[in-house]
Amino acid sequence: MRLKYFLKLGIPFVIVFQAPLIIAQNFNNYTQDLKGEKITIEMVAVKGGSFLMGADTNDSSRKDDEKPSHEVEVDDFWMGKYEITWEQYDAFVFGEFGPEQFKNIDKLNALGIDAVSGATPPYVDMSFNMGKENHPAVNMTQYAAIMYCKWLTSKTGVFYRLPTEAEWEYACKKGKTDEASNLKNVAWFNENTKDKYEKTGLKEVNNLGIHDLLGNVSEWVMDQYDADYYQSSPQKNPWNKPSELYPRIVRGGSWKDTKDKLCCTSRGQSKQKWKRRDPQIPKSDWWHTNAPFVGFRVVRPKIQPSKEAIKTYWLSVIEDYGLN
Amino acid sequence: MEQKKNNLSRRNFVKGSTLAAGGILLTPSLLTASPIFNKTKKLKLAVVGCGGRGTGAVSQALRADENVKLVAMADAFEDRLEDAYTSLTKMFQTDKLHVKPSHKFVGFGSYKKAIDAADVVILTTPPGFRPQHFEYAISQGKHVFMEKPVATDVAGIKKVLEATKMAKAKKLNVVVGLQRHYQASYIEAYNRIQKGAIGQIVSGQVYWNGSGVWVRPRKDHQTEMAYQMRNWYYFNWICGDHILEQHIHNIDIANWFVGGYPIKASGTGGREVRKGKDHGHIFDHHVVEFEYENGTIISSQCRHQPGTKHRVDEFFQGTLGTSYTDGGGSAKLKKYDGTNIYTHDNENDINPYQQEHNRLFKSIRNGEVINDAENGAKSTMTAIMGRMATYSGKEITWDKAMALNHKIVPDEDTLTFDSVPPVIRDEYGNYPVPVPGKTNFI
Repeated sequence: MRLKYFLKLGIPFVIVFQAPLIIAQNFNNYTQDLKGEKITIEMVAVKGGSFLMGADTNDSSRKDDEKPSHEVEVDDFWMGKYEITWEQYDAFVFGEFGPEQFKNIDKLNALGIDAVSGATPPYVDMSFNMGKENHPAVNMTQYAAIMYCKWLTSKTGVFYRLPTEAEWEYACKKGKTDEASNLKNVAWFNENTKDKYEKTGLKEVNNLGIHDLLGNVSEWVMDQYDADYYQSSPQKNPWNKPSELYPRIVRGGSWKDTKDKLCCTSRGQSKQKWKRRDPQIPKSDWWHTNAPFVGFRVVRPKIQPSKEAIKTYWLSVIEDYGLN
Repeated sequence: MEQKKNNLSRRNFVKGSTLAAGGILLTPSLLTASPIFNKTKKLKLAVVGCGGRGTGAVSQALRADENVKLVAMADAFEDRLEDAYTSLTKMFQTDKLHVKPSHKFVGFGSYKKAIDAADVVILTTPPGFRPQHFEYAISQGKHVFMEKPVATDVAGIKKVLEATKMAKAKKLNVVVGLQRHYQASYIEAYNRIQKGAIGQIVSGQVYWNGSGVWVRPRKDHQTEMAYQMRNWYYFNWICGDHILEQHIHNIDIANWFVGGYPIKASGTGGREVRKGKDHGHIFDHHVVEFEYENGTIISSQCRHQPGTKHRVDEFFQGTLGTSYTDGGGSAKLKKYDGTNIYTHDNENDINPYQQEHNRLFKSIRNGEVINDAENGAKSTMTAIMGRMATYSGKEITWDKAMALNHKIVPDEDTLTFDSVPPVIRDEYGNYPVPVPGKTNFI
């Protein structure tokens, strides 16, 4: 691991102070500027609310792990209009992390950040020649996607993270993404791609104004996969915080998938064999070698949590010994 | 996986029953000599070079065969060895992992003790040391898995070729980690090309263009030798430059598919981007043209420059069509009119890194012989020849290169961490970088 900046706090904090609740004034779509980087990230406001998560309990065409359907409530958040692209991701992978964002230690501390690790650059082309620039970034581990969010947070001073599974499904359902009359108009999947992903944003937006939630690349969410989670998950802002490396959840299906996976309720699982061509032990914390169909998008909660709460989202790395 | 329990072949079964029917008493020694029972002989494994690749290779070897156990480890550095050991304890139980503290050998020269303790050895140090390790392992009658490249200088190549003859005479198995030879997509493409699917190959392009690898910066109180051994990628005597260390994979595919080794090379290269204090003296790009005896020209590119286009693959033009292959498991053969000849589906392919160990242990068990070492040496030599061409800016022939008294690696047994390495810094902290037109064939 390449530890880029580690901010040592020389004096332990003896005064416990209340982290201010930062409430965004306006809840509109916006474009996040990253000072000093060429990239920007477009964010779409998603008004929270209640919805029925999961598939209809009586729908025999859906899998058991999508059931039962249950009432879930999520808070307001912004979600990336597009999947994170290679141009946006490489700014992190190959970035010479400008020290200016690490100058204000108090500010970083309020964001729950004491260190940001930089991904190791891959030995080979992780796009597998399917396109770079404004094509979606793929093959990153969930840990790498989370570290991207942490980097983004340190750059902008605004808390970004991966969506929870519930937030992702909420955005998909509220946007009526899988209710399109013709799925091919909104999504890239095995029936309309040439064995590869496509540039982000070419297909129609969903009703919330978000592109490619279904298809193109599957998207990391924050949760551990548990087939039975819906039977006991909390009603408000559920998040099955991971404790094991596998399986974790990807959502939305990809260019490789069949139609049945391109559904707001379908739950994908990460697999150890996604690193099967990694010849090293331990295997890379940062890259899958065999998941050119997995990417991610970011979210930002409308109400920024306390630094203690933020820290719970910076999941620590679990070394991968390729047990299987 | 090719692990099968109680894999009694019909022939052996019949043989066994006949003997029993004839009332012959089988003594234990006869039993162990029979191929049936070769399966149960515990094979002792040692690893020399305990980095991530060495640890990976051990885990694959331990999975390739039921009755193999790791008994000895060697590394120049104790922390690397212990990290590897810790990783392995998380993956395997003591029946597979049986390394006594007295069988963890640290420092220069530690390879001998580890090799002595084993039946099968994994040689995964940086490549400069490989010839000496390989020669010793073969002289001691051990089966070998060794990583690519197999040397960094011509003297090392000659040592490996000599030891290869010895290995053949002793019927020892040697698998070299040019794992594309064990990857289904490459094998399928090769077999079709052999049968004439794209006609005669007349030209090709092979690439390892990427962003580069790790850097391990100098630390206080580190001797120069310890620094170079840690940050080995950037020192030729240990690493051989990235045209060897990585790009050999693609150059080797050219040799395999064309069916020989080039007779000459010319090229160009330099350091454009990667030239910091911790970047030693290797180049960050090489472009070489290799010419083969039948007139085939293969152009080779390798680059370590962040932000540039990545490309790691091989492309060949035949008289009837083209071939595209890459390490990701693609293989596409096409006619010039675009008609598909063959597209490989890699969905269910075995991991080639596992497959090379499966084949090695199967071969040992069945009393067969695999010997990849000669090709490993000659493909390494092809890359060395390319490096000679880019460093010197001159054309170099295979025969001339092989005739050079070219030795950049010292005898490991004479080294300590206080030894002066073969290349050192000048007063400004810079290492001597080759200059085309001035540098000789080094």
